[in-house]
Amino acid sequence: MNRIKSSLPALGVIVALLFAWWGAILATQSLIFPTPWGVVTGAVELLADGTLWRHIGASLMRVGTGFALAVCVAVPLGLWMGWVRGAYNTLNPIFQMLRPISPIAWIPIAILWFGVGDASPIYLIFISSVFPMVVQTTVGVHTIDKRYLRAAENFGVSRATLFTQVVIPAVLPQVLVGMRIGLGVAWLVVVAAEMIALRSGLGYMIMDSRNAGNRYDLVIAGMIIIGVIGLSLDSTMRRLERIRWVRWRYAQ
Amino acid sequence: MHSKIEVRGLNKSFESDQGRLVVIENVSFTVRDGETVAIIGPSGCGKTTLMNMIAGFVRPDAGAIVIDGVPRLKPDPKGILITQHGSVFPWLTVRENLMFGLNGHAPRNKAEIADHYAAIVGLKGFETSYPHELSGGMLKRAELARALVVKPEVLYMDEPFSALDALMSLRVRNELLRILAEERHTVMLITHDVEEAIHVADRILVLSPRPARIQAVFDVPFPHPRRLASAPAQELRVAILRELGVDQYGG
Repeated sequence: MNRIKSSLPALGVIVALLFAWWGAILATQSLIFPTPWGVVTGAVELLADGTLWRHIGASLMRVGTGFALAVCVAVPLGLWMGWVRGAYNTLNPIFQMLRPISPIAWIPIAILWFGVGDASPIYLIFISSVFPMVVQTTVGVHTIDKRYLRAAENFGVSRATLFTQVVIPAVLPQVLVGMRIGLGVAWLVVVAAEMIALRSGLGYMIMDSRNAGNRYDLVIAGMIIIGVIGLSLDSTMRRLERIRWVRWRYAQ
Repeated sequence: MHSKIEVRGLNKSFESDQGRLVVIENVSFTVRDGETVAIIGPSGCGKTTLMNMIAGFVRPDAGAIVIDGVPRLKPDPKGILITQHGSVFPWLTVRENLMFGLNGHAPRNKAEIADHYAAIVGLKGFETSYPHELSGGMLKRAELARALVVKPEVLYMDEPFSALDALMSLRVRNELLRILAEERHTVMLITHDVEEAIHVADRILVLSPRPARIQAVFDVPFPHPRRLASAPAQELRVAILRELGVDQYGG
C-alpha cells in the first residue's frame, strides 16, 4: 500500500506528460509525429507478428553475452589490481585513458575486426562495461578496512583463507555496484551499436522503422520498450543487494 | 613466574609536517606469565602505537620486543589484538567468525569449538547471527570469543570497552575477569579509564604525555572480585589520577 502511495507522484507526472504530448499533436496537427494511442497500436502490431520479441531477444542476448564476458574479465582483473600494487601501477594509467573513450568511437574498429554480425555489438558491450567494473572492484579492494586485514594477519591464516573469507566477501558489495553500472552502460550501448549495422535488435528496429516509411509510432514504441527493459535490468541488479553475502553492507 | 613479554628500550617516531615527531621514547618493561598489565596515559600519547609494536603490527625504530625469549618480528595467533572499533568480520556469522582462526581442525570439530566459545561469552543462540544483528556489547563478546578460540597466550586489548556505554563496559569487563580466572591468559590492556584499569589489572603503568615514557608503576594488590568503592581502591585511583595530572578529583 505504501509502495503504491509513494509511486503515485511519478505516475501522475507520466500521465501529465502523455496528455501534454497528445495535446501538442492535436494543436499542431502533425502528420508525422504519432499520438500516444498510435504508439500503442504500433507496438501491438509488432507484438502480434512476433518481431518485437525477436528484437528484444536479440538485444538481450548481446547484452547478456558481452556483459558476462566483461564480468569474467573485470572481477579477477580488479581483484588483482587492487591487491598487487605493481599491477595497479602498470595497468591503471592505461585503463584510465581507455575508459573515457566513448564506446561509439569503437564502432568502426569493431566492424573492422568483427564484421557486422553479433560479435561487433558484443565487443562494444564488453568494452563499455568492463572498465567501470574493473575500477569498482579495484576501489573495493583498496577500501577494505585495514582492521579486518590486520585481524586476518593476526590469526595467521593462509592466503587462500584470506582471499575467500576476507578479501572477496569484503569486495563483493563494490563488485555489485560495478555490475550495476556496467549493465546500465551495456544496455545503453547495445542500442547504439545495433543502429549501425545489424538486422535485428531494438536499435535496428528503431532505425529500420524510420527508414522504411517514417514509422515514428514504432520508433517511439521502441524507445519506451528500451526504457522499460533498462529499468527492470537495474531493479534486478538492485534486488541482488539483498542477498545474504552483501546484506551486511547495507544493514543498519 | 618467568617473564612472558620483555619490552626493551622501544623508540618510535613519525615524520610529520613539523618534522620528526617522537611518539615513544625509551620504553622498557616486562610482563610476567599470566599477569594482567594495564597501560594508562593521556590521549594521543602513543598508547596505540606502543600496543601495535608489541603485537607485531608496527616495527619499532629501536629496541626490541621479546616474547618467551624470542624477538617478535610479526603478528601471530599466540597473541591476539582486540581494538576499540573491533574487527569482527561483518560478512561472516558469529560461528564463522569464531571458526576463522581454526585452520588445523576438521570442519565438523571447528563448529563445535566455535559454539563452545560462543557459549562461554554468553552468545549461545546467536551462532548464526550476523554482526549487524548484534548489540555493541554482544559484538565485543564475539570478538573476545574469536580471540579465545585460538587459545592465545596473550591478549592485547587496545581500549576494548571504550566504545561501549558504562553499564555494558562493566558487564563485559566482569565477563572478561571470569574467563581470565579460568584460562589464565597474559593480558595487556590499554585504557584511559583508571577505574577499568584498577578493576582488571595486576599492575598499572602510567605513561607520560608525548613522547610516551613510563612515568609511574602501580601494583594493584587487591584480590578478585574487587570492590572499586573500597577505600584503598579509591586511594589508588586518586594517586593514579594525580600522576596523570588530574588533581581536582582528589578531595
